[in-house]
Amino acid sequence: MNTISTRRTTPRRLGLGLVGGIGALALAACAGTTDAGSGESGSSAASSTVTLVTHDSFNVSEDVLAAFEKESGLTVKQVAPGDGGALVNQLVLTKDSPLGDVVFGIDNSFATRAIDEGVLAPYTPEGLADSAAQYAIGDGALTPVDLGDVCVNVDHSWFADKGLAEPVTLDDLTKPEYKDLLVVTNPATSSPGLSFLLATVGAYGEDGWEGYWAKLKDNGVKVVDGWSDAYSVDFSGSEGKGPRPLALSYSTSPAFTVSEDGTSTSTGALLDTCFRQVEYAGVLAGAENPEGAKKLVDFLVSDAFQADIADNMYMYPANADVALPEGWAQFAPLSPKPFEVAPADITAHRDEWIKAWTSTVIG
Amino acid sequence: MDVDGDRLSMMPVSRGVPAAVQRGGRVLLWGLAAGLPLLFLGVFFAWPVVTLVARGFVTQDAAGASLDLSGFAEVFSEPRTWRIIGLTLWQGVLGTVVSVLLGVPGAYVLYRCRFRGRTFLRAFVTVPFVLPTVVVGVAFRSLLVEGGPLGFLRLDGTFGAIVLALVFFNYSVVVRTVGGLWEHLDPRAEEAARALGASPWRAFRSVTLPSLAPAIASAASIVFLFCATAFGVVLVLGGIQYGTIETEIWIQTTQFLDLRTAAVLSVVQLVVVVIALSVANRTRSRRERALNLSAATSAARPLRLRADAVPLAVTAVVVLGLIALPLVNLLVRSFQTPAGWSLANYANLGTTGGRNALTVTVWEATANSLRTAALATLIAVVIGGLVALVVSRRPRSRTGRRAISALDSVFMLPLGVSAVTVGFGFLITLDKPLGLDVDLRTSGLLVPIAQAVVAIPLVVRTVLPVLRAIDPRLREAAATLGASPARVFAAVDGPIAARSLGLAIGFAFAVSLGEFGATSFLARPDTATLPVVIFRLIGRPGAENYGMALAASVVLAVLTATVMMVAERLRGDRSAGEF
Repeated sequence: MNTISTRRTTPRRLGLGLVGGIGALALAACAGTTDAGSGESGSSAASSTVTLVTHDSFNVSEDVLAAFEKESGLTVKQVAPGDGGALVNQLVLTKDSPLGDVVFGIDNSFATRAIDEGVLAPYTPEGLADSAAQYAIGDGALTPVDLGDVCVNVDHSWFADKGLAEPVTLDDLTKPEYKDLLVVTNPATSSPGLSFLLATVGAYGEDGWEGYWAKLKDNGVKVVDGWSDAYSVDFSGSEGKGPRPLALSYSTSPAFTVSEDGTSTSTGALLDTCFRQVEYAGVLAGAENPEGAKKLVDFLVSDAFQADIADNMYMYPANADVALPEGWAQFAPLSPKPFEVAPADITAHRDEWIKAWTSTVIG
Repeated sequence: MDVDGDRLSMMPVSRGVPAAVQRGGRVLLWGLAAGLPLLFLGVFFAWPVVTLVARGFVTQDAAGASLDLSGFAEVFSEPRTWRIIGLTLWQGVLGTVVSVLLGVPGAYVLYRCRFRGRTFLRAFVTVPFVLPTVVVGVAFRSLLVEGGPLGFLRLDGTFGAIVLALVFFNYSVVVRTVGGLWEHLDPRAEEAARALGASPWRAFRSVTLPSLAPAIASAASIVFLFCATAFGVVLVLGGIQYGTIETEIWIQTTQFLDLRTAAVLSVVQLVVVVIALSVANRTRSRRERALNLSAATSAARPLRLRADAVPLAVTAVVVLGLIALPLVNLLVRSFQTPAGWSLANYANLGTTGGRNALTVTVWEATANSLRTAALATLIAVVIGGLVALVVSRRPRSRTGRRAISALDSVFMLPLGVSAVTVGFGFLITLDKPLGLDVDLRTSGLLVPIAQAVVAIPLVVRTVLPVLRAIDPRLREAAATLGASPARVFAAVDGPIAARSLGLAIGFAFAVSLGEFGATSFLARPDTATLPVVIFRLIGRPGAENYGMALAASVVLAVLTATVMMVAERLRGDRSAGEF
């Protein structure tokens, strides 16, 4: 230990050098952050920036967004603090000091909670297509932007190899020949999971759905936490090549398993097992830039944005007149008659249904 | 004036300044050193968390706000609550015990023995620690699922799988924390015991193990916190039937917005964490003593196949079976595409994914990650370093000692409080905080701060054991020889602490790179970090996005390993043969 003084400078100098290096990096980081965040302070900037609160699935082509920004003179800032229920609950928590000006991504299973909590300021955009207007709720508080079906997906080749007929209905899934073949997601942790729970409520009624799940459980349904887990690990039709040929996913998912030549797809959606998810946008109550917010909502229902939805978010545009990508009609059709539950019923019973589901299926 | 100045500068400082002023100055300095971290933690941790939890206990009605504690009775009357608490403790205890049992031999092999590839191996075992849980979940589950390479073990969805995954994550915490001390332990004491006829086991048990106790207790307390508050890995591997307090808080807060239940559970979690911390503290202080530290190179000896057979075998099994297998599985799959083996997934990292799954390319996200992590590391090292410095003191008064031990525990709390509580707490407190005209919640500045809050405890735990192990007589000797406190620090504490600082920087940087808890609530798509884009890619259908997610995970893993390797080198072991 007595040699401590002879070499002490080496580690110290190294330490200082390291701290210095990191300091320089950090300064660069500061500069970067300030750049990215510029225009959010000061009152003059407020009117030119509009903040969109959304989920992490939100996406739009760069040129479409740039055209909107140029035309409106607005800069769109995006924040993505969560999705599904978490997004709505965050808006409820922050309603006295909202996270932004516009929200996109509230779906019909949480829509009325957001409306009842007074998170939104009513605004009906001009030029909302009639096909979209049928989904509007809350007297203009929420504007429908896109929709899609959550359905059980099936791995065609697995059933072909086994020589087994594919199931068609929800009832089929409880039959012994399909034992241990289905994987779904948990409604308490995943939004497709909640949609599928609602599909069963729509199909069997408030008194019958728990009995259906008891049968599903007896038939070996597997429940996992999230979509990526179910689809990528358990489902045999995905890249993960898992063990189960039936998985809860979206009706658009088969468009991603189309063969190289584009003539067939190796998976399909069971269109008699679907629940329709509608995603809404709305102006947030207390928005700093309400005028910009209205323009942004107008943009979300405009033809330019609606035409961009399918390719970027795997959902159907709410405006039914907008053209869909090639192959969707063939490989990713919407269900002709999805199961339905009224949004107000969902809000009134959602938590109680999830708890009942948890005790029935998880125990 | 000139003369005065000259005379002053020639005189030792201690005599030039009245004692009272000097003492006052010292108190002020220590006060600052303790105050700055407390302020930071207060604003960016305590305030958000307390505000959110308070909302669960305060009912607003026409008559005004009133305190409502009936939530406790309600939550505790549900059998599910007790099952969840039991499972949480079980997971914490089992995960910790297994990690320590496997980690101590690992620390020996990786820090006490010399062999080729040691630096690489040290960095390699750290990789799991910073991988986002969604990636680990997929890597682990695709091994364990029926029909997977380890499907025959039938571990998928079992409690055993969760414990294995917890060990996978936390093994390196034990190895590094214990190894960091072990490599500097003077080998002569053990050699003396051996020379006096003690068996290797006996010498280890009665000489080495007691010296390692503070580091083991340190590591165990961190690992327990990580295991008991594990979230993603529990959900992915076990599903809700193995729900813990943490997963339940997450569900109650984000899905049900039942802040009452969440608040009660947060308090329960806090109690568990505080008990764990005080047990660890007690073990540590009872065992704590100044150790004879020596240079790492003199303490390490070449690996001997026969004499070191047991630790070597244990380490080989853990490294190959538990750590390498899932990572190799990840690596192999990252080269798979529908068209066969290729580098396409890596080439795609320059794009925004199939059908624009992302707003930024993966490389841009990597740059974002590096920038934020650098800033987070700077904050964590400054704040954590100050905390370690203050906490390493041993004041004479009992109050002083109590205050210091409390401070020590307080800074561990971020590891034991749910990320969702912190994240949601941020949302309701940090809009224009402290009169600033910036909405911190959406400005992007909060991301490195949130990462730093998580990294600080690791910095403290890495630097502290080394600072504490400094023989106080060294400081006393320096002081007796007339060195001012600043000089003592520069000559005694500084050089020794600097060695652990490299490791602390590495840990902080690596953890910040991988942080995906509170960060996910603050994400801005245009400045998304690597874990955020991985999470996003894996949540999209399509072979291209899945492959990119795996490739991006490999990039994150390689980045982490590199950071840890650089930190390892910067510790200066090689350049400073002795000190």
